[in-house]
Amino acid sequence: MSALLQVRHLSHHYGRRVGCEDVSFDLHAGELLCIVGESGSGKSTLLNTVAAQLAPTAGSVRYRQRDGAWLEIATLNEADRRRLAREEWGFVTQNPRDGLRLNVSAGANVAERLMALGVRHYSQLREIARGWLERVEIDPARIDDAPTGFSGGMQQRLQIARTLVTQPRLVFMDEPTAGLDVSVQARILDLLRRLVNELGLAAVMVTHDLAVARLLAARTMVMQGGRVVETGLTDQILDDPQHPYTQLLVSSVLTT
Amino acid sequence: MNYNFAFLDEDTKRMLRRALLKAVAIPGYQVPFGSREMPLPYGWGTGGIQVTAALLGPDDVLKVIDQGADDTTNAVNIRRFFARVAGVATTEHTADATLIQTRHRIPETSLRENQILVFQVPEPEPLRTLEPREAETRSLHALADYGLMHVKLYEDIAQYGHIATSYDYPVLVDGRYLTSPSPIPKFDNPKLDQSPALMLFGAGREKRLYAIPPYTRVESLAFEDHPFEIQRWEQQCELCGAGESYLDEVIVDDHGKRMFVCSDTDFCGQRRAEASA
Amino acid sequence: MYVAVKGGEQAIARSLELLAEARRGDPALPELELAQIREQLRLGVARVMQEGSLYDEELAALAMRQAAGDMLEAIFLLRAYRTTLPRFGYSLPLDTSSMRVRRRVSGTFKDIPGGQVLGPTYDYTQRLLDFDPTAPAAVTPATAPLPSQMPRVLDLLDAEALIERFAPGDDAEPFDLTREPLSFPADRATRLQNLARGDEGFLLGMAYSTQRGYAESHPFAGEIRMGEVDVLVCPEELGFAIEIGSITLTECQMINQFQGGNGVPPQFTRGYGLSMGEGERKAMSMALVDRALRCDELGEASYAPAQNQEFVLSHSDSVEASGFVQHLKLPHYVDFQAELSLLRTLAAQQSATPNEQPLSTAGEQ
Repeated sequence: MSALLQVRHLSHHYGRRVGCEDVSFDLHAGELLCIVGESGSGKSTLLNTVAAQLAPTAGSVRYRQRDGAWLEIATLNEADRRRLAREEWGFVTQNPRDGLRLNVSAGANVAERLMALGVRHYSQLREIARGWLERVEIDPARIDDAPTGFSGGMQQRLQIARTLVTQPRLVFMDEPTAGLDVSVQARILDLLRRLVNELGLAAVMVTHDLAVARLLAARTMVMQGGRVVETGLTDQILDDPQHPYTQLLVSSVLTT
Repeated sequence: MNYNFAFLDEDTKRMLRRALLKAVAIPGYQVPFGSREMPLPYGWGTGGIQVTAALLGPDDVLKVIDQGADDTTNAVNIRRFFARVAGVATTEHTADATLIQTRHRIPETSLRENQILVFQVPEPEPLRTLEPREAETRSLHALADYGLMHVKLYEDIAQYGHIATSYDYPVLVDGRYLTSPSPIPKFDNPKLDQSPALMLFGAGREKRLYAIPPYTRVESLAFEDHPFEIQRWEQQCELCGAGESYLDEVIVDDHGKRMFVCSDTDFCGQRRAEASA
Repeated sequence: MYVAVKGGEQAIARSLELLAEARRGDPALPELELAQIREQLRLGVARVMQEGSLYDEELAALAMRQAAGDMLEAIFLLRAYRTTLPRFGYSLPLDTSSMRVRRRVSGTFKDIPGGQVLGPTYDYTQRLLDFDPTAPAAVTPATAPLPSQMPRVLDLLDAEALIERFAPGDDAEPFDLTREPLSFPADRATRLQNLARGDEGFLLGMAYSTQRGYAESHPFAGEIRMGEVDVLVCPEELGFAIEIGSITLTECQMINQFQGGNGVPPQFTRGYGLSMGEGERKAMSMALVDRALRCDELGEASYAPAQNQEFVLSHSDSVEASGFVQHLKLPHYVDFQAELSLLRTLAAQQSATPNEQPLSTAGEQ
């Protein structure tokens, strides 16, 4: 299995402050990788730098697109970067309100990326949007409702539908369940696990919650102070942490 | 004191003509230009009069309309301005004019080659209400990334059953640039397509010029299963009997009784003159 | 029988006559002389010159009289006239450190070399309406003349390297906002030009908002100085600078705390304001807004309206704003008709399907 994404020696600095430093990893098609760490560990900076939302200070990100060609992300122009973000990638933000268009209906939110790809048949857009609402467990009768009237969990599920509707190959997720109640979290995690499997998605997910990593990810990276301190199979990391910081993280989860 | 012919100095006219040439070369693209402060308030046609001032020659015949009419106060004022600072001949007859400055309408009488229609544009950016940041809308144009506009049309259909934009209805010019036709009623949009006349658009306050050159493809945005449609009236013009023109509704008495008449006063007048001849 | 409205031309002519009569007021009273306006309404003249972007007291006075005291209208008149003026050349940068100071105050140091100079200011009047103005008392002559060069207060901090530095000549040739359209992001020189022409009321409100938590602002009035500055030009054919006159200016340098960031160490930073004539409120407001707009450059969190350059710069100009707000009184019959038809269609649909929300849509079932 060849890699979909190659990250090499990636760093992003905010002025003199280190966001993330010298991170390397590969991601394969259909694989879900979790990046765990406490807040301030650099995991969101890393995610944003990999997803080309922040410019790297050093290092490189390469992506193998549908036609098999490798793209060096830093050298892409704005047009190609946007095309990639629209056609092959997806990004799910922690706060669904950042990722949704709140002033238009749920249906328009789901259909937007399709329209950006040139779908110009209204009834067809509706049909696909209804299908996706159903898939993320939102009553399709609410297709014309504004997402402002949705609960936090529904908004997050709507954001997931909006992101996945164009069947991206790679999705970035920044703490997609962090702001939600535990019961709501579980439902979304379950949904994500199902969709990732059904669609064969590759995904990079940032979370501070080791339980999320255990549920979803085959592989996990642990970050501290902007650096990766441990990486490996999730079960191995959780059951037999090697790095003292990982040990601390794991034990703190177990004791709470 | 004496002002230069058509008010603007020749350097400024050259700057405007260069911008207009660029606009014609890239149909529908908004060309930024060094808009000057004109002796007319912003929003009242400063873009249109700068374009007109840059193009007028002593032999031109100028027509100015507002809402289709030659005699509305703003049209009169602009015509008076050019009569004063350029001394050109003016007309109310569409067919006699070489240059027509308009606000909110395209004349009903078909335009011909060698005529120029200058539109006054309050807001040149069709994406503005959806995306207020100029830096972002320019990127969207550069990348022809117009999904956002369709979100608006989708939402109209979802909420109202059909596209609820009745004027300033967005068009795609030459298959490339999303463009505001200025606040003309969508009734006039079909006249933009393959027009023999040159169409120039000036937005003074927003400092943008753009153009639809003669015989250019202009499509009004729509969905395959919700095609573009124009306004239709059950009534005919009560003055000239026209059934195919854009009608203004006029309240004629204190009981709210109304009648419908052509918005294009020249078109209506010509038809009545022909009928009585 | 209905007759389409005619006679716009005549109506305009009558309106102009009424306006002329209203402007003149009671003809039994003498017409205001321009010299009276220039001498006795000098702060109004200064504002019209500043926002009209033309230093000419006589023309500004004329515009004020013609506008019946409506400052925004007067500014507009001056701007429209300015369009017709040929551009002969550009002056050399004004040297405000050589200003012949008439007022100079600092809120940061109790005493400064050259001293605090109050000059003519309303600051210490008691704002009591003076119902019986008498001829002013003769001005008491100063015991010692003011020094001809007064160092700028900020240069004192500069010596300690506590305040950010701008070396003269570092900047690129500034862009001329009256000749080229504004585009975003705009650099600081361009922003300052826009603010200099901006409406005083708008800038004042924006500046005020930065003091009330809408932007991280901890300003000190480092120095405000007002006086006369020579204007020099260097004609190509001469090759050396000649003085063409002097103008009155008000300059404000604000000092703002800065925690450091974006590779810049903690230090004081500057906000800058400059206004023609005596325009202290304008210069101070401008300096606060200038500083707020530097948030991106300094890596500060940007969330407040005064930090949003597209918001501030696109809405600061009174000529643009006044025209566009007031254009709503122009006829919009055609568009209104289009909206009317649409609304009727929607209302008809709604009454046809009273129990359905939202309206049923074509092609859905």
